[in-house]
Amino acid sequence: MNENPMNSNWKILAPFHPQFDLARCDYENGCNICVHECSFGEISLSPVKNAKGDVVYRPGANLTACNACQRCVKMCPHNAITILSQPMHTSHGYWTPYHVQNVWRQARQEGGVLLVGTGATGPQKRYFDHMMFDACQVTNPSIDPLREPMEIRRYLGSKPDSYGESIGPQLELEVPIMFGAMSFGAVNLRVHQAEAQATQTVGTYWNTGEGGFHKRLRKYGKNTIVQVASGRFGVNESYLKDAAAVEIKIGQGAKPGIGGHLPGEKVSEAVSKTRMIPLGSDALSPAPHHDIYSIEDLRQLIFAIKEATEYEVPVSVKISAVNNVAPIASGIARAGADIITIDGFRGGSGATPLQIRQNTGIPIELAVSAADRRLTEEGIRNTVSIVASGGFQSSSDVLKAICLGADAVYVGTPVLIALGCNACQRCFTGKCAYGITTNRPGLAERIDVDAATQALTNLLHAWSEEIMELMGSMGISAIEALRSNRDRLRGVGLNEEELRILGIKHAGA
Amino acid sequence: MCGIVGIINTDRQVMDGSHIREAIRIQRDRGNGLGGGFAVYGAYPDNKNQYAFHIMYEGDRHNPVIPMVEDLLRNKTKIYQAEQIPVFPNDRIPQGPYFKRYFLKPIADFFHPDETEEDYIVRLVMEINRIEGAFVISSGKNMGVFKGVGYPEDIADYFGIEDYEGYMWVAHNRFPTNTPGWWGGAHPFTILDKGVVHNGEITSYGTNLRWLEMYGYYCLLQTDTEVISYIFDKLFRKDRLSKADACSVMAPSLWEEIDRTKNEKMRYLRQIYGSAIVNGPFGIVLTHNDGAIVLNDRNKLRPVVCARAGNTYYSSSEECSIRLLSPDVDEIWSPRGGEPVIIDLDEEVAA
Repeated sequence: MNENPMNSNWKILAPFHPQFDLARCDYENGCNICVHECSFGEISLSPVKNAKGDVVYRPGANLTACNACQRCVKMCPHNAITILSQPMHTSHGYWTPYHVQNVWRQARQEGGVLLVGTGATGPQKRYFDHMMFDACQVTNPSIDPLREPMEIRRYLGSKPDSYGESIGPQLELEVPIMFGAMSFGAVNLRVHQAEAQATQTVGTYWNTGEGGFHKRLRKYGKNTIVQVASGRFGVNESYLKDAAAVEIKIGQGAKPGIGGHLPGEKVSEAVSKTRMIPLGSDALSPAPHHDIYSIEDLRQLIFAIKEATEYEVPVSVKISAVNNVAPIASGIARAGADIITIDGFRGGSGATPLQIRQNTGIPIELAVSAADRRLTEEGIRNTVSIVASGGFQSSSDVLKAICLGADAVYVGTPVLIALGCNACQRCFTGKCAYGITTNRPGLAERIDVDAATQALTNLLHAWSEEIMELMGSMGISAIEALRSNRDRLRGVGLNEEELRILGIKHAGA
Repeated sequence: MCGIVGIINTDRQVMDGSHIREAIRIQRDRGNGLGGGFAVYGAYPDNKNQYAFHIMYEGDRHNPVIPMVEDLLRNKTKIYQAEQIPVFPNDRIPQGPYFKRYFLKPIADFFHPDETEEDYIVRLVMEINRIEGAFVISSGKNMGVFKGVGYPEDIADYFGIEDYEGYMWVAHNRFPTNTPGWWGGAHPFTILDKGVVHNGEITSYGTNLRWLEMYGYYCLLQTDTEVISYIFDKLFRKDRLSKADACSVMAPSLWEEIDRTKNEKMRYLRQIYGSAIVNGPFGIVLTHNDGAIVLNDRNKLRPVVCARAGNTYYSSSEECSIRLLSPDVDEIWSPRGGEPVIIDLDEEVAA
């Protein structure tokens, strides 16, 4: 494109860039930490002469690669860097910079499908923000979690309708939060190890994602859920047997209807061994499972896995939240799944086509409510647990999802953020400056496993404390009394149809 | 806030309604005149093998749903006796809805496969309750419920409960805080012979309600208390749990205690009946033909006192009611939160 001299200076400027406060910057003494910290190549050094006339190297922005990950800002020992947004403007109200840049990128730069990381960023309504908890006053004493027992333990798995019938294998969660599927390859082994250690400490579960289960982590199997996705990466008998539960991944909220995508750049030797694929090859999961073209095929896979694991672990089926979620959930329950995981469109992703991420799927709030209602109406709610995921930003989102019918939730993006992530959306590049979504030597080491474990443990504890406070204010002392308890939620600024789907009343009613 | 009194004679010696009227009257401050009610067990010895349906019809005797309901009853049951429940309007309660009493037996030909006689009655009650303007107030054998809007002593006079005799009585004085005061919303709530009077507010209502709907129980009386009688019916009658186990489903041990004592049965019960847990403050007296159960919420957020004088057990929101009836009880105690007091009547002596 740039062969035409008329265009030789033409470039797409990055949306952000670092600005250096040279009065603070210590470049004259040779400090160049920012250059090394920036894994995207945004900062380079240029020679300048100092007051004495010596040549020194001064950092400057290249204006091409910054997406505000803030790594340089956080690591600069002299607090000399600020990230500014790059003033790109269009005078047109409809053709905003976002759309113009996307066309440019496709026509003049990358030339293909636009890829992004993390979940959807669009303006769709966040229903969590339009639901408030109802609290106790006078007639109904609130409960103080500092003084009274407050129970948030959950059991996930199929349960019978009445006393005397046998109960299926159960997952025991001391907190109603698990870490969602993020594969080895998408994130590195250090992240997986921190997830495994934190969930073991707290008493919950993490999910390997579809990229296999590294040998070194098998000792954490009691807290591990392994995934069987359409690519079948890393799946063998011991993979299934070493885990506490097996999850069949049909879909993912960030990219309903398409398969996983791990660029070859991220397939290192360890990744290739764990996934059982060639070094450096793209790991592309097919969009559907090639042996599942209908619900009866799914049933066969569920029972194949149950046979392989001797009916000792629950089998989960994970689907993207789509409009037809209620009948699909019913079908999955009747196909023999013990857990249904529903992933909303805000769910994260290491690599997703932009258009899919922004325009496919439905909000988790509506999906979980619809699925819970349908399963209850059909009288089969006990036979499965519902796990909700996709876009939970806080403990209150978690509890609202439980009120709408979830037994527990998965969180993914909060795990990454707890490890330092600034949601810069470039997980697919393998250049993550925080060492999270990369296996590159030199970058992956930026994760200190012990510190990461502590951060994740802190996060689970903090959200648990908040959940207990919220429960206490509602006069609830055991979290099972909140599951599907829509009466404790009220809508604010929702229309009748939205209220009907959520199954809640408007505030004040 | 509400007031509760229960009097249970384990010898099945009957007493008339004047005692319970006095016992609940002195708890007047616990209500506000928007609801009072009584349940009496052993009231219809002559018809004790038939289901006694007390049905409330809104409006008066000309309500057009009455023939609809009676057609339904005639089609689905054999009616032995049907009569208006006598009422005595007074200054405090000049009028009320129209009440009728039916003694009936179900017709086995109409049972669904695998349906018991009692399941059939429950289904019939749900069917009638879904008819606008008709409510089954009680549906057990040899028992009946009288309730309405007013202070309990006034309700007692309105129905003339002194004319009834029974071996077990419960009374309720209502101070409604979350649902309107209306005749059907007063306590006790019953299904078959299972009754409940309740002081408290149930924060787990939404969870309990949806769980019950899976098993054909529809909560239509606009009150949270109803769920307790249905939960108890499902656990105790349908699923055949012991009374103690049914109570430990509604007010379970802490997980911590279950872990410590390795009580795997309790773990199993709590796992499978998680949605039947009752949260929020409550003191309840559950009654059935063969006894009563007194239960407090786990946090003991409502007062409950129990006592025994000879073969008579008492349960009350306040000790004063017990002392009024029996100043020198043999024992008196406050049950701990979540620990049920189970009172079983002696076997009925065959006539």
